[in-house]
Amino acid sequence: MTAHRREDRAIVAGLAAVMLVGAAASVGFGAIDFSPGDMASAVWRALFSGDPLTLNQRIFLELRVPRAILGLLVGACLGVGGTLMQALFRNPIVEPGLVGTSSGAALGASLFFVLGAALGFEASVWMLPVAACIGGVVATYLVFALARSGHDGRSSIVLLLLTGLAVNALCLSGIGFLSYIARDPQARSIIYWNLGTLSGGNWTSVGIVGVATAGGTALALFHAKQLNALMIGEDEATALGVNVGRLKWIVLTINVLMVAVATAFTGVISFVGLIVPHILRVVHGSDNRFLIAGSAVLGATLLSVADLVARLSLRPAELPIGIVTSVVGVPVFLSLLRRREYLF
Amino acid sequence: MLHARNLTHRIGAKALIENVTLDFEPGRLHLLIGPNGAGKSTLVKALARLLRPQEGTVRYGDVAVESFSDGALARCRAVLSQAVEVAFPIPVRDLVMMGRYPHFRGSHPGAVDEEICDEVMRFFDVIGLADRIYSTLSGGERQRVNFARVLAQVWRPSPEDARYLFLDEPLTFLDVRHQIQFMKQVRAFGARPDVVTVGVVHDLNLAARFADRLVLLDAGRVAADGTPEEVLTGDRLPAVFQITPVIVRDPSVGGIHLVFH
Repeated sequence: MTAHRREDRAIVAGLAAVMLVGAAASVGFGAIDFSPGDMASAVWRALFSGDPLTLNQRIFLELRVPRAILGLLVGACLGVGGTLMQALFRNPIVEPGLVGTSSGAALGASLFFVLGAALGFEASVWMLPVAACIGGVVATYLVFALARSGHDGRSSIVLLLLTGLAVNALCLSGIGFLSYIARDPQARSIIYWNLGTLSGGNWTSVGIVGVATAGGTALALFHAKQLNALMIGEDEATALGVNVGRLKWIVLTINVLMVAVATAFTGVISFVGLIVPHILRVVHGSDNRFLIAGSAVLGATLLSVADLVARLSLRPAELPIGIVTSVVGVPVFLSLLRRREYLF
Repeated sequence: MLHARNLTHRIGAKALIENVTLDFEPGRLHLLIGPNGAGKSTLVKALARLLRPQEGTVRYGDVAVESFSDGALARCRAVLSQAVEVAFPIPVRDLVMMGRYPHFRGSHPGAVDEEICDEVMRFFDVIGLADRIYSTLSGGERQRVNFARVLAQVWRPSPEDARYLFLDEPLTFLDVRHQIQFMKQVRAFGARPDVVTVGVVHDLNLAARFADRLVLLDAGRVAADGTPEEVLTGDRLPAVFQITPVIVRDPSVGGIHLVFH
């Protein structure tokens, strides 16, 4: 086990190295390419010398760098969220949006696009993330409230799962209705937002998502051992001293926090939360102490590379990142499932 | 000692167990028997605090079971249930190590935990499976691995408390050789002077062969309580199980044996 733990650390460290390379590439390439020299001089000017920044340097510092960091953070949120939900539901097909968070956020955003246009308040850049975040939290709360069973007031995992599916379907039909009645710019905004983009990244969103990522990941790691115990069943985990009811609440709250906040700033990015934990399980097993740390790093890497692809493939225009994550994620996922040693 | 007083648990109007009062002593093997729906599993869960009965109290020694913290309870009480399904690929050694989770200081095992893990895997002859993935094991192998996990939880005596072991239909997936072997191991472990063992077994002959004391439940109530000879009698069995066996003495083991027609 000690050797195992050393391997855990080595793998996470290796992934982190890959992540840094990905992040560096993501910072360097895009509509405009920056050489390491350009980057260094931009940082030098901004931090140490009083010289005014050139336009390119401002693009680098105010758009490119925060966008790259936002990509890392959102990827980490989605990866950790996916690991948490799969562990909690004891089910490998679950993704972080399952309890309604991302579809609720999408409905909130769609409502903002349509109503905002109708009522004429497009003003603040904050309205969209706030609307999305509220949508995500409300939909998740609705799932919980409805999943609370009548006879003993507890919510069983299966009930949560089914209620989540139902509320997701409801949100999706709401989004469908809104895009059906919306006029062209709003309808396009809804579609675009549902495919996700990191283009709105700035230092404020980095700060907010950063707090959610750091806090959520730390809390998740703290509960990793209890989530391991939950793998063998609710009664068995209880017999091992886990307060399963409390664990459910904590883990779902962490997931809502991370996913709602991340989705609020980027739109719906599919598949990352589903496939990241699976890749890691194939690499090194199902121990949540490893999976949570690993999925933060691998999720960050994947999303930052996906964003790079999204920006480079149609240069100088860009592709919605959700398309990239699905196009790359689906074949990877399918090939994983066909491996004989990956048994359920 | 384990004391259960006036335990009653209902779902809707139906009482799963009703007014059950029993004491269980350390060093002896207590087995609960009874027809389907008699309340055996509910009673075991209530005794192990996996379920809190609506009425009545359970005490471990002098301490009410509710006053244990989750962690403290898990360090002195272990429960083996019927069939454990794991949705994710996990090596046997990691699964057995879960039994040590309540004893961890942080989130990783110490040297003692590794040592105990190896001991229990050798005791249950599953050390050869240590690196196998749990879901690839046969039903019988899984059950032995789970028993190793459960015993890892209470393998060493705790300085102040007695240890409590509960078995909820542990024999379900075992073939006849492993059933006998399992019951012998349970009895060997349960014979320690600080271990209280309560199990649910369906097979009346295995129960009669291995139990020091049998408790017969019927419709949530205690119908009989005593040695196998006292409990498994010709007038009681037809009333509870609706079947009339022939009761024979088995001179080779000095117990009774039921033959069903």
